[in-house]
Amino acid sequence: MMMHIDLSSVLRQTLSCELYSNLVTRPTGAAVRTQIEALLADARERSLTVIDFSHVGMIDFSCADEVVAKLLLRYVAAERADREAYFLFRGVTDDHWDAIETVLERHGLALVLETADGARIVGMVDDGERAAWEKVYELGRAGAADLATALGAPECDAEALLDGLHRRRLVMLTDDGYIAVGGLGVRHE
Amino acid sequence: MTSVITVPPSLDDHTFEQVVEQLASFPPDAKLLVDARHTRWASPFGLTALLTLGQTRETRASFAAPDNEDTSSYWARTGFFKHAEELYDLHGSVPKARGGESSVLLEITPVVKSEDVHEVVGRIQQKAQQILSKELNIDAKATVGFAMTLSEVCQNIVEHAGRGGWVAVQTYTWRKRLGRRVVVIAVCDAGCGFRQSLESAPGRVRSDRWDDAEALEEAVVRGVSRFRDPGRGQGLAGVRRYVGRWDGKVSVRSGTARIAIVPSWDDDVPLLEKLAPFPGSQVQVTIPERVSGGPR
Repeated sequence: MMMHIDLSSVLRQTLSCELYSNLVTRPTGAAVRTQIEALLADARERSLTVIDFSHVGMIDFSCADEVVAKLLLRYVAAERADREAYFLFRGVTDDHWDAIETVLERHGLALVLETADGARIVGMVDDGERAAWEKVYELGRAGAADLATALGAPECDAEALLDGLHRRRLVMLTDDGYIAVGGLGVRHE
Repeated sequence: MTSVITVPPSLDDHTFEQVVEQLASFPPDAKLLVDARHTRWASPFGLTALLTLGQTRETRASFAAPDNEDTSSYWARTGFFKHAEELYDLHGSVPKARGGESSVLLEITPVVKSEDVHEVVGRIQQKAQQILSKELNIDAKATVGFAMTLSEVCQNIVEHAGRGGWVAVQTYTWRKRLGRRVVVIAVCDAGCGFRQSLESAPGRVRSDRWDDAEALEEAVVRGVSRFRDPGRGQGLAGVRRYVGRWDGKVSVRSGTARIAIVPSWDDDVPLLEKLAPFPGSQVQVTIPERVSGGPR
């Protein structure tokens, strides 16, 4: 199941005001996240949600902590093991990045950003995780053996990397292997 | 009997201490006249702090407006008298505010609830971009950080003060210390202050030294918050980063102490203790004009 959430629309509904386009203040962030979680409540066991910042003017640290960090923490955490929720962040510009980067660092989180030429992983990831994610993204769909070959690494290492990325909800596990978040629908040469 | 508190001729975050020292000798219910007749200039900190002073009085104080017409006219354009008349019995010539003031990015605005922060940030953005890039030679990209800084310092009132405060943003040439133009954010409240806010954290163990100065160090330098949530305390840390990036200064006064992150162009004291007590928190953020060869 794929869902698209326009944050500026959620913001306007939350504040009952058409005038504001900035994600500022912690109460606003908490209210927006609650709204997102309510939308996600109807999702099946596995869902991919595009969180769209395109029409958001700016976001401050407190709001980023509520909207981005706490949202990710909730679905990365074991408490939500019954449901696999994945997020792809769209429309994130330099105007949003400072606050988002800060909260990702603070909580040791990572996420996938949609970019003009595809997607990339950002936040707290080590070199191995980054290389593995990029390889899976490039391959389109990969199992541990495919990744091991692509990276020139032992299969057990590739398996551990994929498992770690999956637990962090940065790659999706399907019956046929792993797909990078943001890799769905991307044409691979 | 009415006692007189004399406002200094030039009122800023430093000279406001003279006002607080005079206040210290009177109980909160003493009848006061705050005498600004001879005041010629006030920074946004000075003006918002004067409103905060009015808020702290149990007996409504009187306020004598500046004699100088230019000064009182300017104060009117900043919105000072509009708010002061709700807190003080005003005396002297109080002009009506006419027209906008180009150096005032944000006239004195009350901050009570979360929506007020949205309003403040929304109003500042466009004007800030123009001022930061054209007058202060700061990259237009800095506007977002400026708005974030403003948002976070205003949120301190909403989240921690327990009562409303005021914010003002202004540009002016700071001849005395810097000789350059600056943009200044002042946010003042008469709420519970940093020490009391941190003391309300559940299970908090106080050190032997625990006082306003240590509370300020914890919150401003170490990013400690009264909430256990690990995501808390990022606001002031973000403000410090932004200020550091643009060679700016941030100072916070609360209770009997004042802490400052001091840039090389200033000779302020990083930590002042045992000041005369004043309720709440008073924050000032100063971003200077960028000169060639200065920080990015």
